Amino acid sequence: MYPSAFDYSAPGSLEEALATLAELGDEGRVLAGGQSLIPMMKLRLASPGHLVDINGVSELAHISESNGHLAVGALARHADVASSEAVSRHNHTVASAAPWVSDPLVRNRGTLCGSVAHCDPEGDWNSVMLAVGASVVARSSSGERVIPITDFVVDFFTNSLNPGEMVTEVRIPAYGGPAGGAYLKLERKVGDYATVGVATHLVLDASGNVAEAGLGLTAVYGHNLKVTEAEEMMAGQTPGPELFAEAAAIAARACDPDDNVRGPAEYKRAVVAEYTRRGFAQALTLARGEG
Amino acid sequence: MTTVHEPRTSPEVGGIGHSVLRKEDDRFIRGAGNYLDDLNLPGMLHMAILRSPVAHARINSIDSSAAMEIEGVLAVITGEALEAHGLAWMPTLSGDTQAVLATDKVRFQGQEVAVVIATHPYIAHDALSHIDVDYEELEAITSPQQSLATSTLIRDEKEGQTDNVAYTWEAGDQDSTDAAFAAAARVVSLDTHYPRSHPAPLETCGVVADVNSITGQATIYMTSQAPHAIRTVFALVAGLPEEKIRIITQDIGGGFGNKVPVYPGYVVATAASLLIGKPVKWIESRTENLISTGFARDFHMHSELALDGNNRITAMRANILSDQGAFFSDAQPTQFRAGLFHICTGSYDFPSAHVTAKGAYTNKAPGGVAYRCSFRVTEASYLIERLVDNAAHEVGIDPADFRALNFIREDQFPYLSPTGFVYDSGNYHGAMDKAKEMIGYDAWRARQAEQNSDPDATKLIGIGVASFTEVVGAGPSRQYDILGLKMFDSAELRIHPTGKAILKLGVQTQGQGHETTFAQIVAEELGIPYSDIKVMYGDTDNTPYGLGTYASRSTPVGGAATAVVSRKIRAKAQKLAAHLLEAAEEDLDWEPGKFTVKGTDQSVTIQDVAFAAYTNHPVGMEAGLEGVTYYDPPNMTYPFGTYIVVAEVDTGDGTWKVLEMVAVDDCGVRINPMIVDGQITGGLTEGFAKANMQWITFDDDGNCIGSNFMDYLVPTAWETPRYQLGETVTPSPHHPIGAKGVGESATVGSPAAFTNAVIDALWSRGVSNIDMPVLPHRVWGALNGVEVSP
Repeated sequence: MYPSAFDYSAPGSLEEALATLAELGDEGRVLAGGQSLIPMMKLRLASPGHLVDINGVSELAHISESNGHLAVGALARHADVASSEAVSRHNHTVASAAPWVSDPLVRNRGTLCGSVAHCDPEGDWNSVMLAVGASVVARSSSGERVIPITDFVVDFFTNSLNPGEMVTEVRIPAYGGPAGGAYLKLERKVGDYATVGVATHLVLDASGNVAEAGLGLTAVYGHNLKVTEAEEMMAGQTPGPELFAEAAAIAARACDPDDNVRGPAEYKRAVVAEYTRRGFAQALTLARGEG
Repeated sequence: MTTVHEPRTSPEVGGIGHSVLRKEDDRFIRGAGNYLDDLNLPGMLHMAILRSPVAHARINSIDSSAAMEIEGVLAVITGEALEAHGLAWMPTLSGDTQAVLATDKVRFQGQEVAVVIATHPYIAHDALSHIDVDYEELEAITSPQQSLATSTLIRDEKEGQTDNVAYTWEAGDQDSTDAAFAAAARVVSLDTHYPRSHPAPLETCGVVADVNSITGQATIYMTSQAPHAIRTVFALVAGLPEEKIRIITQDIGGGFGNKVPVYPGYVVATAASLLIGKPVKWIESRTENLISTGFARDFHMHSELALDGNNRITAMRANILSDQGAFFSDAQPTQFRAGLFHICTGSYDFPSAHVTAKGAYTNKAPGGVAYRCSFRVTEASYLIERLVDNAAHEVGIDPADFRALNFIREDQFPYLSPTGFVYDSGNYHGAMDKAKEMIGYDAWRARQAEQNSDPDATKLIGIGVASFTEVVGAGPSRQYDILGLKMFDSAELRIHPTGKAILKLGVQTQGQGHETTFAQIVAEELGIPYSDIKVMYGDTDNTPYGLGTYASRSTPVGGAATAVVSRKIRAKAQKLAAHLLEAAEEDLDWEPGKFTVKGTDQSVTIQDVAFAAYTNHPVGMEAGLEGVTYYDPPNMTYPFGTYIVVAEVDTGDGTWKVLEMVAVDDCGVRINPMIVDGQITGGLTEGFAKANMQWITFDDDGNCIGSNFMDYLVPTAWETPRYQLGETVTPSPHHPIGAKGVGESATVGSPAAFTNAVIDALWSRGVSNIDMPVLPHRVWGALNGVEVSP
């Protein structure tokens, strides 16, 4: 496969990368892991004029925990997230999703931030981020802004970055108390996109009721979908099969999957409901410390 | 007999039965293979192909002027230009014609429309978007049913073609079959579709054509499973003198039937090299490979079994509608229009069968290649094994017992099947008994009964059995030819003075391990260590003529030729040994590698004899120790086996996983058991892929869904089940070393075992069929009574 011609820069620092992006405007595309961008270029579905390769910007490779959140830098690979102790300690939904991202080869190269920025509705990470309430740190030569994930995900392959801006970090809430979560994914084989993916997240209050619920869906809507109605319905309720079935019914109604070779919409709605029930059941087990 | 043979030779000699390591792997695993794209000739140009974006359209005009302006572009070739040389169309392996570059219409998405020849591959690909083609779209015909119903003619250029029928064919006896069905106590029927799949070799197809403008010598490096046949086809198609065509294959990264046909890219690159006087390279992309080169299967099958009151099968009917794509290009023997599909009576003994088949043209890529398959035996085996399983469920007998009741018995071989095959040997009960014992069949049935009886169970166990019979090793020349070329094969063996040897073959490895196994046959016959024997193939100037490797024919035909030529040489060696030992020929005993005078300790080794052949041959005898054999097999060989799969179905999301699988294969004598196990493991995985995830489908506009490995799914180690392999050994009675061919058994036999396991789990819930791939949404739809399409 032969992509169209493009220019290429490899800045050695974040300042240099931001300066290059500012200069290029719409022409510039950030290359991190390249696991979505390069296949699209190979198929000539994307023909960026100029790639800004940030793999030399080592200051962006961090995964750290501070101030109640996990910070995942723009060069942290999926595999780094999957093997991070901080992640496994502080966010079950993220820890559960990481091994489901594509295949081991892609996980070794691809980045969480790149996947979040890509906004592919069949991508796994944004459902997780919507469920747990993450935010995105965007930098440009003129400064930094922190964008809630609900504002960052605009639509099908569309985020709210401005020209010259890049994602430098994703911030994920870190939990220490009775919290749990899961990511369940139906895929045809390892490395496949989700047919259906369901991210669930639960925080319990002192009496064991739902303090906070999160539910994000993959591949069943024009973008990754946060099922706010189900989340709000669950707040303050007693967790258990009845509540999860109610949330599942809401999720199945909220999504709008396509009929395609992965199955008819009716089937995907059924799987959304099934995985919502199963996911919250797993989340509850973890939140109660029984996992 | 079902005993495993002890090797007759030492491990150092490495004859039959030794699992010696593959000689070729040293270069492969060290990254030193020499594949087509590794070849770069001085001054070489690059070709890229412009393909149709639509499935069916008239071409009003092609404007290539803008592409020609690009620096580095030397030529844009269209069908019109080829037509001037009589090369716009070429014959297919089934005697149909196929467009090289489209002139009148495009007939499938991905069809070749024009090519660019440029100094660099990037320039060639950039230039494609500067060729302006005016298409006038026509109705896209995307199923054979639609094809037979519509008045739109796909092959309107073909004289005398008034419909979309590519072929019709029948086998067996209709009258006796009808009579058996009229008298049947019960009739079981099944309608199923064996979906379109693709061999998808990891190395795609390609060519480097180097035509010398002074001498006219055409050296064509290509990815071909049948280089000699291709040479002859090139001579006939292009009118080049055959002595000036040399096909060289180098290493081939998998073929699986995909590299049997001649593709348009080969022809255009050769024409371009001839025209320009420089070497031209064309390497297919993955997408080009998947959307345009030979697909496999795509059989819509209706079938019925007639049973008597004792649950014995009395007759079978099968009616096939095949989706051929735009050109009928099955790679198959001329006499058999639906390949060897009429082997569909399988492992069962009953007197009557009738098979009809009809092929329809559609707006899809042509193909119908035998993907790891002996000419449609895969579809046949799937059909009978699904049908027999359903019959067992319908009459309420255990599927293994139902098979055992209806098997051809060991004492019935050679067995004449109702469609005319003479099965050479078999022991079907033996393979079944061994498979059941290995998997613990009765214990699994007990666990299944317990687990599935819970009405609230969300995990259901199913046990799938398949007892396949294959027909491989084409084939006897009275019945088997491709485009008139009889399907013999050849071996030339030269023993050097120092006792080393070179073996030259007409068959063509694509990874099967020929450099090892064929050396082992010579080692067995002559006692020369396998490591001293160089095996050569794939250079038509330097190997004897052969029909190539596909349809599990290498060992049955090329392997037989190797054994026979070795025995010819041994006969001459015996004369030389008699001369050296000053004894009469008949007074010599032979053991691998050594002649001994009977009752003495006087002996000479094969190496001594080889030296004498060049240094001390007797007066009146020709010098040298070499020979060549063209082997015409007396019959096909009939490998068989029983596979048992235990699967667990999740009723919530429709997914299923394999808990355990046993595969007992009987391929006759095993030359290299390790390589046989590798073949079976790979074949089982390809069968699993078909059953679980893999197909090529199309939308209503004829767009191919499955044009890259994100959509055309190939299982990795992660999805692949664990297999337990077992064997029985029933040597072929007519093959010189009793071998039968095993490259395809597992691909042929296993898909039905997987599907049967899922159906077995769901039968009590009212599910009697799910077509492959048995995708989760199809399982869910069947369980919930929801019609799902596709």
